[in-house]
Amino acid sequence: MSSLTVVRSFVAEPSPRPTVDSPRAFAFQGVEKRFGDKIVLGGIDLEVPVGQFIAVIGKSGCGKSTLLRLLAGLDRPTGGSLTFGAGADGAGQENRTRFMFQEPRLLPWASVVKNVEVGLTGLASGAEARRRALDILGQVGLADRADEWPSVLSGGQKQRVALARALIGQPQILALDEPLGALDALTRIEMQQLLERIWLDQKFTAVLVTHDVAEAVALADRVVVIDAGRIALDIDVPVARPRRRGSVELARLEGRILDQLFG
Amino acid sequence: MSFVRRVKQNGIGWLLPALVIVGWEVASRAGVMPANVLPAPSAVAEAFWRLTLSGELIENIGVSTLRALAGFAIGGSIGFALGLANGLSALSRGLTDTTLQMIRNIPHLALIPLVILWFGIDEEAKLFLVALGVFFPIYVNTLLGIQSVDPQLVEMGRVYGMDRRALFFQVILPGALPAIFVGLRYALGIMWLTLIVAETISASSGLGYMAMQAREFLLIDVVVLSILIYALLGKLADSFARLLERLSLGWHPAFQNA
Repeated sequence: MSSLTVVRSFVAEPSPRPTVDSPRAFAFQGVEKRFGDKIVLGGIDLEVPVGQFIAVIGKSGCGKSTLLRLLAGLDRPTGGSLTFGAGADGAGQENRTRFMFQEPRLLPWASVVKNVEVGLTGLASGAEARRRALDILGQVGLADRADEWPSVLSGGQKQRVALARALIGQPQILALDEPLGALDALTRIEMQQLLERIWLDQKFTAVLVTHDVAEAVALADRVVVIDAGRIALDIDVPVARPRRRGSVELARLEGRILDQLFG
Repeated sequence: MSFVRRVKQNGIGWLLPALVIVGWEVASRAGVMPANVLPAPSAVAEAFWRLTLSGELIENIGVSTLRALAGFAIGGSIGFALGLANGLSALSRGLTDTTLQMIRNIPHLALIPLVILWFGIDEEAKLFLVALGVFFPIYVNTLLGIQSVDPQLVEMGRVYGMDRRALFFQVILPGALPAIFVGLRYALGIMWLTLIVAETISASSGLGYMAMQAREFLLIDVVVLSILIYALLGKLADSFARLLERLSLGWHPAFQNA
């Protein structure tokens, strides 16, 4: 892990967004997941290029969280295959997937900076870990709260600490399981902007599971709708960034996705 | 919090005991309370001074404290170890928990006759009883603490690549600590209780023995003194546990203003 570099600053110029020609970040091939007799996911085929921001949408219980858990290695598929990178060296890259949960899941007995250092488990420790943790806390705007207990932070601040923890290991893939679902509307928009900014800067592959269609079209390059364990819709969001919330283009896409969900 | 405020806050707790002692002294001097029922606090203080000068008091307190701590160390560490093992391993829990729960329901002081038959009235008897008494609160609360650690945090630790050791020291043990402290404080109370009862029944030294000897010779001031010392020692042990609690649970919202 000596090749890990210092986190880049935000002023880096935006790079051209990845296309289908970019190298592959991961691919689901006929992935199936069943719990007993119940098929949660049936035959998912999904190929995602490196650096893409993909949103996965669906109603409760459609299998979208399961998809994310398979991606993060929290569950194993019961059928099909899941490969990382170009394919051949798949297994080794798996541990560079980071998971951001719906809840912050911070350790209440560890200071904010120690919580961020959890993201460096096995990568760095001691003074080096602290320096990097403080650095990334600065990026999420919490440098001055580093030595406080998580219990004194607001919900949005806790989730920002969780984001810093997920990003500090410089993941290739960031899996986000509705991490903004529990936040109030304004904090939520703030967090979306922060997430977009950091993603533009660090160029990881982001997989965001959400049930907020507006959030999906505002953030993602591509939106996948899952219905009854299958991919029902897979569309690109060809809207330039920075995107303006509530623009006609986004609204039109949002309408199309909602039609798919309830049509 | 400032030192002065802390003293004020802790000081107020001593107001009631002080008032009781003053009222008691007044009642004794007025003759309302006959000395052969309850001697005046001044008489008890005199007994305290007498026994301190003769070295008897210090020696008995020392003997009792040593017994209490040794028994606590033995029973507490076994209880802690078994609580950890049963909290972490379903196999270990399946194997031992039923048995332990059965033993737990026997009042440990009911074993005194048996213990005397086994160990006589030597040190082992007292150590055994104290160890058995403190074992269960520590065991039950350690187990409970580990079982109540937030599974979401454990999953988070796994996802972030913690090995078993890191998971234990960073997630499971700190999560179980509040419950373990409840067990510790409870166990300290049981520790004194058990020891005093055991010393009262069978011993040739210690506070309980001192009180029994005093009863034989109708030294009621010494009996009352012993009882007061139990109260102080119990309070001391509890304060110590609370100090440890405050030092190690600083993160807990309940301790942030304490």
